[in-house]
Amino acid sequence: MSAAAAKLEVEDLFKRFGGLTAVRGVSFSIKAGEILGLIGPNGSGKSTVMKSILGVERPDGGSVRVDGIEVAGWPPHRIARVGVGMVFQHSRPLHRQTVLENIVFGLLPDRLLGFLPGAAVDARARAIAERVGLSAVLDRRPATLPFADLRKIEIAKAIARNPKVVLIDEPFAGLTARETASVAMLIAEMRNDGRAVLIVDHNVKGISALVDRIYAMHVGERIAEGTVQEVMENESVRRVYLGGALETAARPETAFRDVATPFLDIKNLSVVYDKAQALENVSLHVHQGEFVAIVGLNGAGKTTLFNAVSGLVPYAGDIRRQGQSLRGRTAAMIAREGIVQSPEGRELFGAMTVRENLDMGGHSLKERDRSERREWLFDLFPILMERQTQTAATLSGGEQQMLTIARALMMKPDLLILDEPTLGLAPLIMEQISKALERLRRATEITVLLGEQNVTFALPHADRVYVLERARIVWEGGPGRFAKEAGARYL
Amino acid sequence: MLRRALLSPPVLISLIVVLAASTLPLYVSGYVLGLLTVAYYFGVFSMAWDLLFGFANEVNFGPSFLIGLGAYTAGILDNLYQPPIVVCVAAGVLAAMTGGVVLALPALRVRGPYFGLTTLVAVLMLQNFVVVAAGLTGGEIGLTVPDVISIDDRVNYWIALGFMAVSGAILYGLSRSPVGLILQASGQDPVQAAALGFNVTKHKLAAFVVSALFSGLAGALMVFYLGAASVGTFIDVTVGVQVIVGAVLGGRRTILGGVLGAVFLVAFGETLRPLGDLATFIVSAVALAVVLFFPGGLLGMVKGAREAT
Repeated sequence: MSAAAAKLEVEDLFKRFGGLTAVRGVSFSIKAGEILGLIGPNGSGKSTVMKSILGVERPDGGSVRVDGIEVAGWPPHRIARVGVGMVFQHSRPLHRQTVLENIVFGLLPDRLLGFLPGAAVDARARAIAERVGLSAVLDRRPATLPFADLRKIEIAKAIARNPKVVLIDEPFAGLTARETASVAMLIAEMRNDGRAVLIVDHNVKGISALVDRIYAMHVGERIAEGTVQEVMENESVRRVYLGGALETAARPETAFRDVATPFLDIKNLSVVYDKAQALENVSLHVHQGEFVAIVGLNGAGKTTLFNAVSGLVPYAGDIRRQGQSLRGRTAAMIAREGIVQSPEGRELFGAMTVRENLDMGGHSLKERDRSERREWLFDLFPILMERQTQTAATLSGGEQQMLTIARALMMKPDLLILDEPTLGLAPLIMEQISKALERLRRATEITVLLGEQNVTFALPHADRVYVLERARIVWEGGPGRFAKEAGARYL
Repeated sequence: MLRRALLSPPVLISLIVVLAASTLPLYVSGYVLGLLTVAYYFGVFSMAWDLLFGFANEVNFGPSFLIGLGAYTAGILDNLYQPPIVVCVAAGVLAAMTGGVVLALPALRVRGPYFGLTTLVAVLMLQNFVVVAAGLTGGEIGLTVPDVISIDDRVNYWIALGFMAVSGAILYGLSRSPVGLILQASGQDPVQAAALGFNVTKHKLAAFVVSALFSGLAGALMVFYLGAASVGTFIDVTVGVQVIVGAVLGGRRTILGGVLGAVFLVAFGETLRPLGDLATFIVSAVALAVVLFFPGGLLGMVKGAREAT
């Protein structure tokens, strides 16, 4: 077989989840010694493509060939044995075993009677550890290691069986600049070893130096393919990531009554999870009646920020509501006092009907208030009235999202926090939710803090925009200036 | 990996403890020996259960299904045809292993709480069968078997101790071997284990079969020690609970902790026996406290203390 032969060929791949077509006719191939970047925003289907190659999801149509062998529909362990290795983003190493034992594990034969590992396995594990730069920590346990070393363990396990194809999920998420460089070097080595590498990530920026080509996806389909330069200049890509020509209705900050003491004032907020810095010195404010959008990719820290405001995670720094510190108040108190979150995961009561879900939101209201409020929400989201007696679990994704927002609104919030309301939704549904938000903004006094990675959705509503990147606020300004000043960060 | 495990402190300590325990018949009463004999069989039940819970990460609420199958098959066979005891025990083991596969195959397809429920339902079904088929099984009164291994307390004690030691050595060695590692990884992160080329279902099924083998064997041997089988001693849900509490109390993922937990439960319960029903309550409360405050169990506490110094 010639060196130019494709090691991984994906052809006309389809994957449906119920009514949603997550992947629609995706085709690409990767040659030995080539790195392809598969990018797309949340819900674009890129992870589903990866899972279909890996065999974790069974494709509904199309073909996946590894070194010429058709593997579509095979169970993951068989696909792995044909020569597919996977570097997972979230590593879950064996915590009671040492680093060396973790790598040995990746080398074990899949036999029920393998009671003694050979000396050869041990020597090979040490050689791999040497290659990925783990020699110094061979006898340590994973829990005592920094993030970057954990990722190196994943890489070591993935290349242990000398795979022809390596899939890498967001290789640099959560790493510092120096760590990023060392992991990038390991990925470059895979190319030199003649492996076909697929990197899945959100945007071009993080992987541009490493990849040979980019394949960009949006709502399950290909929108662009080519070199980094070509994809970054592609009109569709720019529209998906930056929004097209915008009509904004931004109001200036001076238009709000509480200029001196903003309704919500966050100063130097920091949150640390285990080993990762989720938020670092974040300061921002929201005026009463203002619509503020926090724009940032997955993992930038949006949800952590909202959870800190809602009192769900411990933090350093100060969060004030109308001048009063929220420190020491429980999540329930904060919500009752009017800061209500519509969470990313929706967290609906699946077995309850639409109406019961709404009533759960309005449980503290008097009966009359509650029915008034409900009528108003049915007017805002007419589809929910039709679905009143259906259980939440049977709703479509878009309807569930509307119900989540409506349930939050039942609590008569002063500040509504919307975390990724468009996640995984079809464009038509986004449009409906967008219209509802527009009405909300015009017809009520409500203050909204919106977290989105879908810029197209966020900008038209926003009075002001913050860009959150790797735990920090990197830009602040009006939506009109966004594409020009912050757009490049976002591709 | 294995050689180091064989010379590790837990193995050496266990060896010393077993040797010391084998001298007990020289200076304790037959009554105490009887209690310990039962405790040792329960130790094997708990160790076999820990292989599933601690390593395959599957909560099997039906250990007594496997135990009961082994015990009753051996007992019924002896009652009907009186073949040599070895044949009865072998039949019991075979029945338990078959039951394990039958239980695991559908159960491994369902996820989360449903797996546990399936195993629980299996126990209730077996219990009902024993009661309904009273002509064969002795029903609620119980089954008396004509043969026993020995009538000598000391011999029975030594058999139980030896059996427990051998079972413990095999199960512990298995858990520390490469297949144990694969099993543990399959339990922790099945997707990743599969992505590394391991057939997760195969390994979990094998763990079920091994667990069933030791549960059934211990159950069958215990029948020929007691000379009788009843729902209350082998199948009832409370038996399963005692096995589970013993394993968790001793320490999850330690295998050997199961023996510690089982002996502790029996010894503690016996010490408090003068208190009547209150004894059960106190034992349960202590077990609950250990599980709540020391999730690592008794062995976890020992380990923690050693690492702290």
